[in-house]
Amino acid sequence: MSAESWPAPRAPGTLDRKHSRRWREEAIKGVLFVCAVLSVIVTAAIIAVLAGEAVAFFRHVPVWDFLFGTRWTPLLEPRSFGILPLVGGTFMIVVGAALIGVPIGLASAVYMSEYASTRARSIVKPILEILAGIPTVVYGYFALTFVTPLFRVVLPQTNIFNAASAAVVVGIMILPMVASLCDDALRAVPESLRDGAYALGATPFEVSTRVVIPGALSGIVASFVLALSRAVGETMAVTIAAGATPKLTVNPLESIQTMTAYIVQVSLGDTPAGTVEYQTLFAVGALLFAITLTANLAAIRILRRFREVYE
Amino acid sequence: MSHVTASKVEPQESPAVAADNAPVLEARNLTIRYGNNAAIKDVSFAVPDRQITAIIGPSGCGKSTLIRHFNRMNDFVQGVTMDGQVLYHGIDLYAPHVDAVEVRRRIGMVFQKPNPFPKTVFRNVAWGPVINGFRGDLQKLVESSLRKAALWEEVKDRLNDSALALSGGQQQRLCIARALALQPEVVLMDEPASALDPVSTARIEDLLFELRQRYTIVIVTHNMQQAARVSDYTAFLESGKLVEFGETDQVFTRPKEKRTEDYVSGRFG
Amino acid sequence: MTALLAPSDNLRRRKRWASAFRTLCAALTWFCLVLLAVLLVHATREGLPWLDVQFLREFPSRFPERAGIKSALWGTLWLIGLTAVISIPVGVAGAIYLEEYAKRSRLNAIIDVSIANLAGVPSIVYGILGLAIFVRFLALGRSVLAGALTMSLLILPIIIISAREALRAVPNSIRGASYALGATQWLTIRHHVLPAALPGILTGTILALSRAIGETAPLIMIGALTYVAFTPTGPMDAFTALPIQIFNWVSRPQQEFHELAAAGIVVLLTILLLMNATAVIMRQRAQRNRS
Repeated sequence: MSAESWPAPRAPGTLDRKHSRRWREEAIKGVLFVCAVLSVIVTAAIIAVLAGEAVAFFRHVPVWDFLFGTRWTPLLEPRSFGILPLVGGTFMIVVGAALIGVPIGLASAVYMSEYASTRARSIVKPILEILAGIPTVVYGYFALTFVTPLFRVVLPQTNIFNAASAAVVVGIMILPMVASLCDDALRAVPESLRDGAYALGATPFEVSTRVVIPGALSGIVASFVLALSRAVGETMAVTIAAGATPKLTVNPLESIQTMTAYIVQVSLGDTPAGTVEYQTLFAVGALLFAITLTANLAAIRILRRFREVYE
Repeated sequence: MSHVTASKVEPQESPAVAADNAPVLEARNLTIRYGNNAAIKDVSFAVPDRQITAIIGPSGCGKSTLIRHFNRMNDFVQGVTMDGQVLYHGIDLYAPHVDAVEVRRRIGMVFQKPNPFPKTVFRNVAWGPVINGFRGDLQKLVESSLRKAALWEEVKDRLNDSALALSGGQQQRLCIARALALQPEVVLMDEPASALDPVSTARIEDLLFELRQRYTIVIVTHNMQQAARVSDYTAFLESGKLVEFGETDQVFTRPKEKRTEDYVSGRFG
Repeated sequence: MTALLAPSDNLRRRKRWASAFRTLCAALTWFCLVLLAVLLVHATREGLPWLDVQFLREFPSRFPERAGIKSALWGTLWLIGLTAVISIPVGVAGAIYLEEYAKRSRLNAIIDVSIANLAGVPSIVYGILGLAIFVRFLALGRSVLAGALTMSLLILPIIIISAREALRAVPNSIRGASYALGATQWLTIRHHVLPAALPGILTGTILALSRAIGETAPLIMIGALTYVAFTPTGPMDAFTALPIQIFNWVSRPQQEFHELAAAGIVVLLTILLLMNATAVIMRQRAQRNRS
């Protein structure tokens, strides 16, 4: 190797920083940083956009009327902007979905982590992933063309558009999420805890319910909260199957409208920008965002605050 | 990414060095802290040119921290602070104008666990020179580096195979070849044979004797016999302090400190 | 002597509970398989009769016999293509910064929380954002570009999270070896970390894109049309997409249109199946290479 290939180490100044190299490194780091900070910018943008139009909306409609009014007819005379019917519709879907998704999801997680053989697990896990990956339009289709007719066979008074079918389908949608998160939480419980319980003569049922599940409680509860948050934000299945009639009711066989379905309805129509109708889109969107954000933050909080320490 | 700050002291004649060999690398009143804990406390010694200097001591005494400081690898650890200096031919390696990248080109390192890149044997050796702007004959450089690491005969027909297909001992010699390809002046070795079987260990020790003719070597080892076999000078560290530094012969047979004598005779550690 | 180990009444009762519980959990779990099968069989049975080459080549029409998904298919291809081009570089770049460069600081903690939150925001909120910013404020109109930008925002958190995981999985010894040879941080990332993390990143990206393919609500918000008889020729063109077309057909009262929707669903699910299978194969091959 000739001497020109390498600068001699003892020559003065050869250990010094090369400015061009430093500038290039800093420039690259800057570009990467901007891409990372984008997430904060997007969050801020969402809040800004929703808040901006919502504030304009609340200049026309008092907040109290909006949050606690029981009639939602923003597009028809006489206008009324009480959001409770939409919230009620969303609530019915969430409750129904929870009744299905939570028990089945948790049971699947318990089965996968405590009982299933490796082979069984290797079949169940992909199935749950597939269920999770099916687009929501497909679930909406399924609700309208399969679940509703099924309901109508058993309960003929069921409306073609009803909350129950949508709730069933949303439940199926969130159960893989519950199952996967609970499975992670259950598997995090160390084997030594189980061993201790078995050594005391406990049955698997007792070990699961008295030792493992309580030992993974924070993860399990967090998974419930996240799944419910997902159910609140669910759009297409409820738009297709639950109906477009905002009303406060406890009968799941009737047609209702959720917050998300309303937003879709307004977008599909021709609502000129700047009108109160257009602003309802943002007001409802803001409430929706507030609910899901609170739920997500609560889930993170639960995980962090109550995370079990096993050692 | 450097978290260490240096103090300014003029280079001087340093004490613990043989008269005919000027020190290549020198630690002067070096203290290294992780947060509030000092891992290395006021250590001073000089590494002679083209000799093998071993750093020995019980586990946890700070050997790895010390050797990593010589080529600024501690820059990547958050919360590290230092006092004192590390001098390379009299230049303070932690002075603000010094580029860590340039330092590492001249002071190479071989790690405890062989860590070849998941690339071909050839690319492993050639990569360092290429990114540092080498413009000469790459084939010759790779071959000569592999020869110096006593690996050429075994891989000359497998240059385009993945480096991960080599055995543990071969991988470590590949890492040595990779370090040598940069033509460093100093090669630092952090327990290079501790993850290897005895046969590979012996081959690496033989290698060190040959390398000594052209390179200054600093080797950390927890194996006292290895230090006694291989090195010319030995530094004995305990709980971050330098207990004794001197010619290996003297440190092992006529140690000046009682602690040294206890350690090398196996009474503890 | 055998009486010593005979189960007591108490134990017998408890064991009955135990096996009942096990049966319940197993039944509910395999019920999921049943659900999946029912769903797929139902859609396939309804849709398959309508699925022929003509279906893939025709535009939608008022007459079910003549309707096809050509515009929707091309719209989806355009949309996903643009989304990939926009979101993958930005997402991977952000992940590289967060995993390789960022030190523990207030701002970086906020970034982490933001990403976690954004991953849980309903897709329709992204649609509202896209409407306000891309369609109205940047005046991009109801174009494929506006749709792609909106979709990119939607899947960006997913890409960042999975890319970070892939980068984290690269062993630190590789980085150490590279730095010890005098490489700068970016060179180390470019030559060693990124190539090693690439299979994981690709897998995560494919999964993120397959999520984007199925999303409908944001596209409705930004104004993807529901009756489109042309295919896009550029990023500023109007467009429709597969899920929108399916939604449109399902929303009609006639039975034939529901069956058309099922046919569209079969096409959509096939595309998703191909994408996910690719991702799984890639993941398996990467794991095999590592060991």
